Amino acid sequence: MKRFDYIRAGSPAEAVAAGAADGTVFLAGGTNLLDLMKGNVLRPDRLVDVTKLPGLDRIERRPDGSTRIGALVRNGDLAHDAGFARAYPAVAEALLSGASAQLRNAATTAGNLLQRTRCPYFTDTASACNKREPGSGCDALGGETRLHAILGWDSSCIAVNPSDFCVPLAALDAVVEIEGAGGVRSVPLVDFHRLPEGEPWRETLLEPGDLITGVVLPAEAAGFAANSRYLKVRDRTSYAFAVVSAAAALKLDGERIVDARLAFGGVALKPWRARKAEAVLAGQPATPETFRRAAEAALADAKPSGDNAYKIELARRIAVRALTLAKAGTPARMPALPASPFASPLGVAAHA
Amino acid sequence: MPEQTHTRYGSNIGQPLTRREGLLKVTGSARFAADNHPEGMLYAALATSTIARGRVTFLDVAAAKAHPGVVDVIVPGNTPQLAFDPDDKDSPFTFRMDVLQNDRVRYANQAIAVVIGETLEAATEGAALLAPRYDVEPARMGLDGNETFVPPAVGVGEPPDIDNGGDVDAGLAGSAKRVDATYETPAQYHNAMEPHAIVAQWDGDKLTVDTPSQALTMGQGRIAQLFGIDPANILIRSPFLGGGFGSKALMKGPQILGIMAARRTGRPVKLVLRRDQMFGPVGHRAPTRQTVRMGTDDSGQIQAIHHHNHTATSSFDDFFEPAANLSHTLYAAPALKTTHTAVRLDTGTPLFMRAPGEASGSIALESAVDEMAEACGMDPLAFRLKNYAEVEPISGKPFSSKNLRECYEQGAAAFGWSKRAAAPRTMRDEAGLLVGWGMGTATFPALIFAADARATLKADGTGLVEIGAQDMGQGAWTALAQIAADGLGLDIDQVEFRMGSSDLPNGGIAGGSGHTATAGNAIHAAGGDVIAKLARLATDDQRSPLFGAGNAGVVARDGRLVRRDDESRGESYADILARAGLPALEGQGSAGADQDAQKRYAMHAHGAVFAEVKVDPELGQIRCTRLVGAFAAGRVINPRLVRSQYFGGMIWGVSFALHEEAVMDHRSGRPLNANLGEYHVPVNADIPSLEAILVDEKDSIINALGVKGVGEIGITGTAGAIANAVYHATGVRVRQAPIRLERLLGDLPLAAE
Repeated sequence: MKRFDYIRAGSPAEAVAAGAADGTVFLAGGTNLLDLMKGNVLRPDRLVDVTKLPGLDRIERRPDGSTRIGALVRNGDLAHDAGFARAYPAVAEALLSGASAQLRNAATTAGNLLQRTRCPYFTDTASACNKREPGSGCDALGGETRLHAILGWDSSCIAVNPSDFCVPLAALDAVVEIEGAGGVRSVPLVDFHRLPEGEPWRETLLEPGDLITGVVLPAEAAGFAANSRYLKVRDRTSYAFAVVSAAAALKLDGERIVDARLAFGGVALKPWRARKAEAVLAGQPATPETFRRAAEAALADAKPSGDNAYKIELARRIAVRALTLAKAGTPARMPALPASPFASPLGVAAHA
Repeated sequence: MPEQTHTRYGSNIGQPLTRREGLLKVTGSARFAADNHPEGMLYAALATSTIARGRVTFLDVAAAKAHPGVVDVIVPGNTPQLAFDPDDKDSPFTFRMDVLQNDRVRYANQAIAVVIGETLEAATEGAALLAPRYDVEPARMGLDGNETFVPPAVGVGEPPDIDNGGDVDAGLAGSAKRVDATYETPAQYHNAMEPHAIVAQWDGDKLTVDTPSQALTMGQGRIAQLFGIDPANILIRSPFLGGGFGSKALMKGPQILGIMAARRTGRPVKLVLRRDQMFGPVGHRAPTRQTVRMGTDDSGQIQAIHHHNHTATSSFDDFFEPAANLSHTLYAAPALKTTHTAVRLDTGTPLFMRAPGEASGSIALESAVDEMAEACGMDPLAFRLKNYAEVEPISGKPFSSKNLRECYEQGAAAFGWSKRAAAPRTMRDEAGLLVGWGMGTATFPALIFAADARATLKADGTGLVEIGAQDMGQGAWTALAQIAADGLGLDIDQVEFRMGSSDLPNGGIAGGSGHTATAGNAIHAAGGDVIAKLARLATDDQRSPLFGAGNAGVVARDGRLVRRDDESRGESYADILARAGLPALEGQGSAGADQDAQKRYAMHAHGAVFAEVKVDPELGQIRCTRLVGAFAAGRVINPRLVRSQYFGGMIWGVSFALHEEAVMDHRSGRPLNANLGEYHVPVNADIPSLEAILVDEKDSIINALGVKGVGEIGITGTAGAIANAVYHATGVRVRQAPIRLERLLGDLPLAAE
């Protein structure tokens, strides 16, 4: 493989300084980066190993009620942290529905936010891909597009963001904490990932050298704990990316929806927050009819990017189901098959 | 082999021994081909084409050579001279291979150069630096839009069109009920856990290779032919394979390139395919589009079956998936015909992949039978019993044995089939998921190939049995050792068993589900031969208590020969050999097809598979929640290993029905999911419940041991059973594998409010 320099950063400042140089990437869990390097999709000149940075591997409940997840907290550790899972059950469910146990034990919080699309035309180096090579075009257009975008895409890129974790994070107004040359700043997760907008090679708001140090879930996010679910439809029961997924969270006053959150995965180049649907839900009775209207609103602007029109109807149905499950209440125990439609305990009707 | 203790009750055959090499494998001490690192070894990496058709016009060899650690670059023009054109064919088992003889590209992932380095990293980067340029020609992809022709032969030398003499068109015209349906299956790639790997070292004209092989003697012959050397000068070591599935039956281009690299550099070379490089040069299961036309009379009796398969082969070689021929065996039909057509595509040549023909043909036929049963208003099992074939439908020959009725009965009972609701979309579970039950009949021919074995009794009374057999993971190390021990009348721990090396007697092919029959019968015969020789020594010797008993008058048991009529009279092997002054006594045995019996009998294994699926009624997500298979395949040597083979086949059936598909870009011809993350096979969570029932079957015709094959039959029946269960759950008939949620979604209404 291509030879590269390897630097182990001792402090965030050192990492930021080293990371700013051209051709440099950060290495954390490596579950995505190393595969891409072996496939010649990425050919960095320099890796800055951030795994030894102190203090980034903690989950902190802060006095203001918010929770800060250090950038190096492993996906598996986060999902299995009992206090975290109680406060943010949909996030834990999403984490456990992703990848495999082995990958979750290695993959980090920040790395999950920065994982690359699984569009095969991105990983096939002989294909044109604007993400891989700015301006080269998009061979996914007119190609094999079963799993491609139905929202927010344009002719420069029809790929989707593969993350499960980011979907409930988007729904719950998570904030990304970034340390850069100009100091520390915070960016809402919903703004962190970019839609293609003709420049899909610009994937996030990160500038060269910027290091994600943590993700913060605000105090309000825990207010949805009683009625939060993540639902993921996938082609096999584990180790598969979502065909479409959704995170739904409700605050209920009896049968009335006080506040609602809804976000989708696998539909766009970013985790897709469905604010129009949330507006439809707020103040309404938590009924199948309300959920269906919300689902219609969520997908109102959807259009197929190829052979994937089915995903629009699927997304509507998943929205209705996720809201239905959220209304029924967060299960007392994590289901044996997290986020799977097949996870419902016996005797509990899963359907609207 | 590590020491293994077990309790033996009677013979070794029939005991559920665990894999004798299991400890080596789970502790990582089993040495697979790529684990070999001879002194001075170099690493070779393939550069492979990113186009499917055209010519390589430029390779930056200078850049590759300039990379630190790169030793050499092999490109067309500087390859070692071959003695046989790799594009020539001299037998049906000789397939054309791409080993850098010219600049032509015939499929994506074809080797276009080999870079050799001191390290794997150097060779890999050297290959990346070649930055090839091409003259690109349009890739011919897909079953449509290319010239369709009737292949000269399908499978291995079978005619493309076969009938049983009945008039299919008249039969269909006269039928009261008819089904005419078309089913599609995609290209699949073998993807054994262990990719093709080779470590090659030359010593003058002598060659030693470590490489996984399902057919050592054939591999030896192929290498000898290509390099113009005596097969006796070639040693292939292949003690363990990390799966083969047909892909390792023949030497493939990349293995030959590894040998060429060792020849050119004069040093040992290791070449291991990357996972993505497995999608092209080492075979695959061809896509099929099959049309089944079937008709019955008013009572549900089949009058005619026409099974047509349209498939694809490569642009440069011939292998035609014989999918329609599965219909030769299963259902009685006065008029039966199978036909094949094909197109040529810019892919690697498709080849044998676990149940080649049968797997693809089975999902089509079993789906059609299910549709036919429904058209007749009959239960699918009752319909199959009504049309049970008492003789082989295509030939009229009797079966050497066929215990399919018992398979239906035991399988249905274990599954609870009698509780099935007849109408589709009427069963639900407690959570409201749609539940569907479907079934399929399984069948696979009972094949046997030529093989030889050697059995030796040693002075201490222990045995040595040797055969160049191959263990792909199916358990040959154990099952064949059980046969070897019984052949010598010894406990398994008293027999040293050697296999997996080409310097042993020809063990035949580990393929076609025929290896236990093939190698097992050769071993059995060799044991019989040496015991007969030993018996002659004893019975001819006046000093022996067995004197005068005659060959037929003695029995070999627990290391002793005893008189059949008086078991108290006998003596140990060691004593007989000692008195004869012999350090050892050797016997030979062989196996092969009994031509006469094959002319008179049809020989197949059979089974019945019952599947339960659950489908989310709105989201369309499908899971196979329960599988029960009952199989009759002659004598069972080791029930644990046989069950394991059935499990593996049935899981592959789930894969076939619900998961597996090579996604090809129809413009470039490149596979888009050439990795195990996205080329889906089931994960553990997809297989919640699996049961395999071993149905007794005695067959005194098929071979001396009465053994049929168990390696491939599990796929057949299963995929169709699942497809039928999906229909039963949803009322939606999907005729395209894999069955994915989007193929159901449009027909699944939202639940009523």
